[in-house]
Amino acid sequence: MRVNFTVNGRPQEADDVWEGESLLYVLRERMGLPGSKNACEQGECGSCTVRLDGLPVCACLVAAGQVEGRDVVTVEGLADFAKQRAEHGGCGPSGSAGTDGTSDPTGSATCGTSLQGAQRWQAKGTDSQTGEGGDLSPIQQAFIDAGAVQCGFCTPGLLVTADEMLERNPSPSDADIREALSGNLCRCTGYEKILDAVRLAAARQSEEV
Amino acid sequence: MATTGTPTDITQGSRTRGGIGESTLRPDGTLKVTGEFAYSSDMWHEDMLWGHTLRSTVAHAEIRSIDTAEALATPGVYAVLTYDDLPTDVKRYGLEFQDTPVLAHGKVRHHGEPVAIVAADHPETARRAAAKIRIDYADLPVVTDEASATAEGAPLVHEHRDDHHADHVSHPNIVHRQPIVRGDAAGAAERADVIVSGEYVFGMQDQAFLGPESGLAVPGEDGGVDLYVATQWLHSDLRQIAPVLGLPEDKVRMTLSGVGGAFGGREDLSMQIHACLLALRTGKPVKIVYNRFESFFGHVHRHPAKLWYEHGATRDGKLTHMKCRIVLDGGAYASASPAVVGNASSLSVGPYVVEDVDIEALALYTNNPPCGAMRGFGAVQACFAYEAQMDKLAAELGMDPVEFRRLNAMEQGTLLPTGQRVDSPAPVAELLRRVKARPMPPERQWLAAGEAADVRALPGGLSNTTHGEGVVRGVGYAVGIKNVGFSEGFDDYSTARVRMEVINGEPVATVHTAMAEVGQGGVTVHAQIARTELGVAQVTIQPADTRVGSAGSTSASRQTYVTGGAVKNTCEHVREKVLEMGRVKFGTYHPAWATAELLLESGKVVTDGGEVLADLVDVLEGESVDLELEWRHRPTQAFDLRTGQGNGHVQYSFAAHRAVVEVDTELGLVKVVELAVAQDVGKALNPLSVLGQIQGGTTQGLGVAVMEEILVDPKTAKVRNPSFTDYLIPTILDTPTIPVDVLELADEHAPYGLRGIGEAPTLSSTPAVLAAIRNATGLELNRTPVRPEHLTGT
Ligand code: FES
Ligand code: FES
Repeated sequence: MRVNFTVNGRPQEADDVWEGESLLYVLRERMGLPGSKNACEQGECGSCTVRLDGLPVCACLVAAGQVEGRDVVTVEGLADFAKQRAEHGGCGPSGSAGTDGTSDPTGSATCGTSLQGAQRWQAKGTDSQTGEGGDLSPIQQAFIDAGAVQCGFCTPGLLVTADEMLERNPSPSDADIREALSGNLCRCTGYEKILDAVRLAAARQSEEV
Repeated sequence: MATTGTPTDITQGSRTRGGIGESTLRPDGTLKVTGEFAYSSDMWHEDMLWGHTLRSTVAHAEIRSIDTAEALATPGVYAVLTYDDLPTDVKRYGLEFQDTPVLAHGKVRHHGEPVAIVAADHPETARRAAAKIRIDYADLPVVTDEASATAEGAPLVHEHRDDHHADHVSHPNIVHRQPIVRGDAAGAAERADVIVSGEYVFGMQDQAFLGPESGLAVPGEDGGVDLYVATQWLHSDLRQIAPVLGLPEDKVRMTLSGVGGAFGGREDLSMQIHACLLALRTGKPVKIVYNRFESFFGHVHRHPAKLWYEHGATRDGKLTHMKCRIVLDGGAYASASPAVVGNASSLSVGPYVVEDVDIEALALYTNNPPCGAMRGFGAVQACFAYEAQMDKLAAELGMDPVEFRRLNAMEQGTLLPTGQRVDSPAPVAELLRRVKARPMPPERQWLAAGEAADVRALPGGLSNTTHGEGVVRGVGYAVGIKNVGFSEGFDDYSTARVRMEVINGEPVATVHTAMAEVGQGGVTVHAQIARTELGVAQVTIQPADTRVGSAGSTSASRQTYVTGGAVKNTCEHVREKVLEMGRVKFGTYHPAWATAELLLESGKVVTDGGEVLADLVDVLEGESVDLELEWRHRPTQAFDLRTGQGNGHVQYSFAAHRAVVEVDTELGLVKVVELAVAQDVGKALNPLSVLGQIQGGTTQGLGVAVMEEILVDPKTAKVRNPSFTDYLIPTILDTPTIPVDVLELADEHAPYGLRGIGEAPTLSSTPAVLAAIRNATGLELNRTPVRPEHLTGT
């Protein structure tokens, strides 16, 4: 079958997709976007996390056919995505929610990316596939600076998950961070530096306000 | 060539400059956070095929017949290979013994053993074709433990042993046995006021690295093959692969592709030979990627163990003697079992002074999954048992467990049971003191927030199983000793190639080694060493491949010591050459060229007094210096096979833990509240990476304490939980804060005084958590992992 959807702001078309193929397989093997990782292909590790119409999902559990006409953001597009969010005033650095710095656990309407917002979003430049040529998103930079990357296999999924959490909840408590990242396994770091990275990204974002 | 994701040159720009001792950032960090870093499962080639392995569904069986006709006839299938298709007489491989068949022949010896391989144009086609291969198995009885393996008339796992340990063992189902006898344990026992003994069980742990076994084999026009693969030791793979393929080693060109963690699980071959065979047979590139289910069968695990210990102590708290017997289950193939036995026996006494010992460690051949290297390598199992014994003794004597340990702690100069003197700092008592002195995490933190309990901080977490009613707290301590590097006389060398030249008006150093970067951060450290030794800002780290000499394995906490040592050594020789060039060019201008101690700093040649003599750019102008050198640490000796005596180890590393846990005694749920560590690292070349290694190792120890175990059915020897649904590794909710206290007491024998660090934190983490749970519940708990039924008696 043929599947049409948008990946990192660009319309994509995949041909000859076998009906059992996952979104993860199509991204990695048909679109040349191997950033989303294949650690379990069972929905247990979170390494394959992407955003589907704004919501984080395990790409290994989504059948390719289900994404027809929908919008996907992978780690390769994360930097551009975060930048545009900042420019358009999302829930992040220049967002309208949480002006006193408190989090909004109920997720108010101004937090998160709406479906329309996700579809409106466009990747910039010519390198949306690799993420090259743009700056890193705050969460990406924080992972590097905090030493949260070792083998890095868990990193893409964690980045997508953490970025989405910070969008909803710009100043999370440690318990909030742990809860949000509990579906992403990391075997190398012991998570301490990952927590540091998320705290760092949150702090930097709030400084920018 | 259309290979995408060919491993990228990792260049460190000016933003990350830093010499040793600085928390320089990873050169591959940006690639890893943008999704560009090419892991082995990301390799892609135009026109490539997908390989798949058919594995045995039974643990021990005769193979009566294999019918591949239907599989081969499946549209899209290019090749189906079995044992009969192997191209040469070399049909087995192995790290220590060549006992592992490339594909099963005649019989299978464990559940999941590879029997046939398929190449097809889509991974699902390959899987479906493999399912059409018909194998007629005739079940054989299984041996699964010491009693069944060494019983009269027990089936032999390997009928014809020709390895070098075959003559020393009392039964062919024993891989290797190492006794250590020193002093007079029986005599010393008479001086003991208290004697405690215990039997301990350590479950089978899995490395569970996230990046699955995978790689891409590309046939070459010269009849050779290029293999891009995730491994821990390229040259060891090469030595095992080339003879099976019938190719000279220079026609099997191996390049390290991105490795998603290793922890010992990539020391043995997995898909390497299979991919090469399929590529050479079909003439097309072949990619193999294991899924998680297959990954549990695709690598060896940590040896499960049974350990019997007896210790004695005098009333004033001095250890008198130790006797132990450690039985490791090696599974169907030897892998690294002999070396694991050497470690378990020689480190079985732990970091304590005990002069009179009677030790025996052995590894079995069984029909269980093969076991081999995993972080901590034989020292982990022993530490679990001897630390439980220390607590028992302290309790028996009415002493504080930490004080009791400190009283018996080894120090520099102590003799190991092997008769080897520990000739570098051994701050065991100090590490214990530090974890104990640390302030305790506040009690009942789940209440701290306000009225309602924050269930996220309670045992059971969000499943909301308790509001704190039956929750009790416990505290436990442990400390361990791990050897660094390969022991027992192994020629544990590494090779580094370093080039220095001027590029775009700047002096640049290029470092090329075959070291497998598996996440530990070796590439960062190599650049730091080159900057420190050569005084340049720009360092390029070339991809690891077999065009440069062996770096040895990324295991045994050895790479920073040995390949780091090789980079340092080669840099020193390059520096000498550069200075020689300077003397020739500029020696007449300044007397210091001949007389002073000269250094390279900030792109200049300077005297030790800080006077600048020349710019490196002018010294090197138009020329380059390029050297490849091997480097060795001081040699070790084999252990005597009867007495276990010998200077077997190179270096030791020490870590201590304090665990604080809260246990819901009604449901048997454990929440680890804090796991504090103190470790001596000799010299922290990159403090940030050091912390990451210590926290990561600690978490793997926590995992095996409370959740991680591969379950093998004792009747059928079949694996029951090969998935991340059923084999649990700690999530961020299971992992507490891990405060780390780092000591830097230099080892004068090591480069920069450093100590290998990766493994020690995995040792003491497990017994500390167990001790804390015992402390909370008053239960004896002689098995790991602890499961709810052990805590509730259900
Ligand atoms: S690969 Fe999708 S959750 Fe693990
Ligand atoms: S799994 Fe390796 S860094 Fe997380």
